Amino acid sequence: MSDTLADNKTTAAPPSDGLAVLESRRSAAETFGIPLAVLAEVTHRCPLQCPYCSNPVELDRGSTELTTDEWKKVLGELAELGVLQIHFSGGEPTARKDIVELVQHATDVGLYSNLITSAVLLTKDKLSALADAGLSHVQISFQGNEPVVADRVAGLKDAHRKKLEVARWTRELELPLTVNAVMHRQNLHQLPNIIQMAVDLDADRLEVANVQYYGWALKNRAALMPTIEQIEETSRIVEEAQARLKGTLAIDYVVPDYYALRPKKCMGGWGRQFFNISPAGKVLPCHAAESITGLEFESVRSNHSIAWIWQNSEAFNRYRGTGWMPEPCKSCEFREVDFGGCRCQAFALTGDAGNTDPACSLSPRHEEIFKQAEREAAAHQDRFIYRNFAGGTLETDDRQDERQDKRNGA
Amino acid sequence: MASRNISVSETSRPKLPRHAKLKFDETRQVWVILAPERVLAPDEIAVEVLQLCDGVRSVSEMADQLAVKYAAPREAITTDVIAMLQDLADKGFLTEAREKTS
Repeated sequence: MSDTLADNKTTAAPPSDGLAVLESRRSAAETFGIPLAVLAEVTHRCPLQCPYCSNPVELDRGSTELTTDEWKKVLGELAELGVLQIHFSGGEPTARKDIVELVQHATDVGLYSNLITSAVLLTKDKLSALADAGLSHVQISFQGNEPVVADRVAGLKDAHRKKLEVARWTRELELPLTVNAVMHRQNLHQLPNIIQMAVDLDADRLEVANVQYYGWALKNRAALMPTIEQIEETSRIVEEAQARLKGTLAIDYVVPDYYALRPKKCMGGWGRQFFNISPAGKVLPCHAAESITGLEFESVRSNHSIAWIWQNSEAFNRYRGTGWMPEPCKSCEFREVDFGGCRCQAFALTGDAGNTDPACSLSPRHEEIFKQAEREAAAHQDRFIYRNFAGGTLETDDRQDERQDKRNGA
Repeated sequence: MASRNISVSETSRPKLPRHAKLKFDETRQVWVILAPERVLAPDEIAVEVLQLCDGVRSVSEMADQLAVKYAAPREAITTDVIAMLQDLADKGFLTEAREKTS
């Protein structure tokens, strides 16, 4: 899923894009309408261990997950409120035995459903059952274009081959396919091949998303941070491919904000057009929001309706609009363009979610962080800390030696 | 998929693919097209044209119908309808009824 869709300048967002059209009718001072799409993170369980996982470092255990009936109630409530699309995500959403039932229920209540999956648990029968249940779009993550890099990043043997297989089944079933490629220093050299892979798989869309550094990715920043040369090359490759593949493959591009001058309009602005629901039922302004300590998030298990939580809860209102802003945001002419950037990043890098996102060149911390990114990218500390329920596991050393040998031409 | 790279002409019989759903949004009181990662907000004319896209009617028949309804020159209508449908097709939100192999 791409929260930056309507705002990303490098994306050829159509002028008729509903997100832009519907959003532009509102001012920040008005009551916020319910989002068009909601992300349902139905589980944090996942067979992959990607070091940049967007889940919080403190994962929700299986035992805390909402039950089938609780999710069904949530889906019904969302549809009633005017939510139009539901993204089933995780963790790995198909790790839930009831995923077909949940998709069917989404269809029954009139929600357009999208599956954001690692694909490795899917069989052809399961995918077919999901299609029959009304699934409208499949988004498969890829970690590279070939197994050596891809399976290492995923921390799972045979994952890449399996993903290719499921991607082909997806198209056989005539479901639209998005290839989601998360990019970082150790796979950016594969980008041209990843673009070609998406074309060969007959994908409709490709998301080239540079890693965003909070949670697991922040733990792994030294191993993932691209060099500025890589970023310049990436932008060139993406722009060329967007022009060449117009009408064949739509490419959405998310730039890494450490090397930007202006921060991203994260989530379209806190509490303005997005919320997600965590496996345990917390209603969150973004999937990383739980990394901000000191904010209380309401649950769908509380006595409050989802509509009430969206409009009234402390966590949503804390950083909504522009009233909370300190300088340099407060008097900045771009304050309603980017809404001060990303709250989670501000918290992770400055210790206060109420500060200007250091990705902004006007932040007093910007220069320092930019230099740090450059240093980390140049240091070639390539070992990953794999994502898991144990709080992370450091990649074994022998693989590191192999890579060192390769770099040295051995 | 058949939905991409189609060239819309007067003989095309377009329809929405199953992943593009035209729906009236009761909450916002507007017509929308639900598509992967996007919600499009078609204008009134587009909604009218899309409701005619059933995979049976040809673009030519659609133009006839609209020309009568709006008492407008058929040629201009045809040009506008083709341009609009081609734009949707390029974005992957329009497909064609498969030609019957006779």
